Amino acid sequence: MAMWHVAHLVQRRRETATACTLVLAVDDWPGHVPGQHVDVRLTAPDGYQAERSYSISSAPDGNTVELTVQRVPDGEVSPYLIDVFSVGDPVEIRGPVGGWFVWRPTEPAPVLLVAGGSGIAPLMAMVRARRATGSGVPFRLIYSVRTDRDVYFADELRHRAADDQGLEISYVYTRQAPDGWPGQPHRIGPEDIRERGWPPEREPQCFVCGPTGLVEAVADSLVAVGHDAQRVKTERFGPTGG
Amino acid sequence: MGIVSPGFQGRPRSSQPALPPGQYLTEDFPVLSAGPTPRVSLDTWEFAVTSEGGVEHRWSWAEMLALPQETPTVDIHCVTRWSKLGTNWRGVSLDVLLGGVETAAKFALVHSYGGYSTNLPLADLLGGQAWIVHEFEGGGLPAEHGGPARLLVPHLYFWKSAKWVRGIELLSTDEPGFWETAGYHDYGDPWREQRYQGD
Ligand SMILES: Cc1cc2nc3c(=O)[nH]c(=O)nc-3n(C[C@H](O)[C@H](O)[C@H](O)COP(=O)(O)OP(=O)(O)OC[C@H]3O[C@@H](n4cnc5c(N)ncnc54)[C@H](O)[C@@H]3O)c2cc1C
Repeated sequence: MAMWHVAHLVQRRRETATACTLVLAVDDWPGHVPGQHVDVRLTAPDGYQAERSYSISSAPDGNTVELTVQRVPDGEVSPYLIDVFSVGDPVEIRGPVGGWFVWRPTEPAPVLLVAGGSGIAPLMAMVRARRATGSGVPFRLIYSVRTDRDVYFADELRHRAADDQGLEISYVYTRQAPDGWPGQPHRIGPEDIRERGWPPEREPQCFVCGPTGLVEAVADSLVAVGHDAQRVKTERFGPTGG
Repeated sequence: MGIVSPGFQGRPRSSQPALPPGQYLTEDFPVLSAGPTPRVSLDTWEFAVTSEGGVEHRWSWAEMLALPQETPTVDIHCVTRWSKLGTNWRGVSLDVLLGGVETAAKFALVHSYGGYSTNLPLADLLGGQAWIVHEFEGGGLPAEHGGPARLLVPHLYFWKSAKWVRGIELLSTDEPGFWETAGYHDYGDPWREQRYQGD
């Protein structure tokens, strides 16, 4: 059963101009599986409460939980978490929640991760858990971003691409590609999935996370390329609907 | 009351009687699902009710459209906290579809194309509370919102309104569906905030 816990902010890391990672200490954290999320509850002095869901971006690690939050302009909760919430402040979180969009390091199938923007958060938990458990399962990550300034965890991903054997990372830029990147900026499509993902015969587990438009397009591409829909798991948390 | 978050004021609020606790209004129509959107052809589409004794009642697309249609206008509430008020649908009441089915079952397990499932008490599908709908706001139901047809049970959280509905299995004992197995509530009443098991 998902329970409420009191968490305290111990550190804040800036990811991009519009996003940061909150490192929370949770006294009685029961642990989590990469891909799960928490519900965050804020309470105003007059008793008013607001709750939102955030994926856990850290690998399971004792009493620490990291959330990576993108600012939604005019949002109620995300600007508070990024601008106002300070080291030492308490916040209530409930979880971990979700038992579907998860990767267990004991599963042997190769993994394809496809992220758009802040959708990298739960996928990063998987990349980190792979390293932390010494898993040799081959991983491919395709990460769609507007420009290279919009890459979350940029330094860490650079290191992991070099150090973590069996982890391949490729980027798709939608607005502006950095010098030397082959091709024109574009939205991720079946070609990217075919060239940078796994062939369907390898029967990979596929995890797709990001705004609805990206998730729809990528999930459709995966099925079109021949992947079994049962092995394609999606999570959407963009503000726009279809 | 919970632990006060220093500096958190929240949005200026007006009282919203139509909004269950913890929900906010949205004008667009967010999409949430666990995998790729199934594309189901109308030629092969079929809806079946199976009683606890194994007796099947089936409807093709043409047979479904030939049944009496209703046009419910309802509020919908997603467990991820968005609500949408006054949505317009068109479809067949479950009272019509279950009317000729002989059953003493208490529970229903709803099945979808693509493998999704969700459970609810049979009583919640009857009495003018539930429909199989195939139109939204005057047009065909788009695939990402569950087309060609979805279940609509507006008084429960929207994950109970299974998209791409294919059939209903009547059961004597309750059996959790897809999200319920993953920790979500068996019943899912938005007014009592029954989000997760144990709420
Ligand atoms: C399972 C899950 C995991 C998530 N993980 C993350 C994460 O790791 N990082 C992250 O930054 N965000 C994540 N989100 C999104 C997050 O829960 C909030 O929606 C987001 O931070 C915006 O909240 P806000 O209060 O700032 O904006 P709000 O005040 O809620 O929103 C401003 C406007 O944007 C629209 N809007 C915003 N969010 C949504 C939504 N989810 N659905 C529909 N409309 C919306 C509404 O129309 C609203 O009026 C996740 C969501 C889900 C469901």
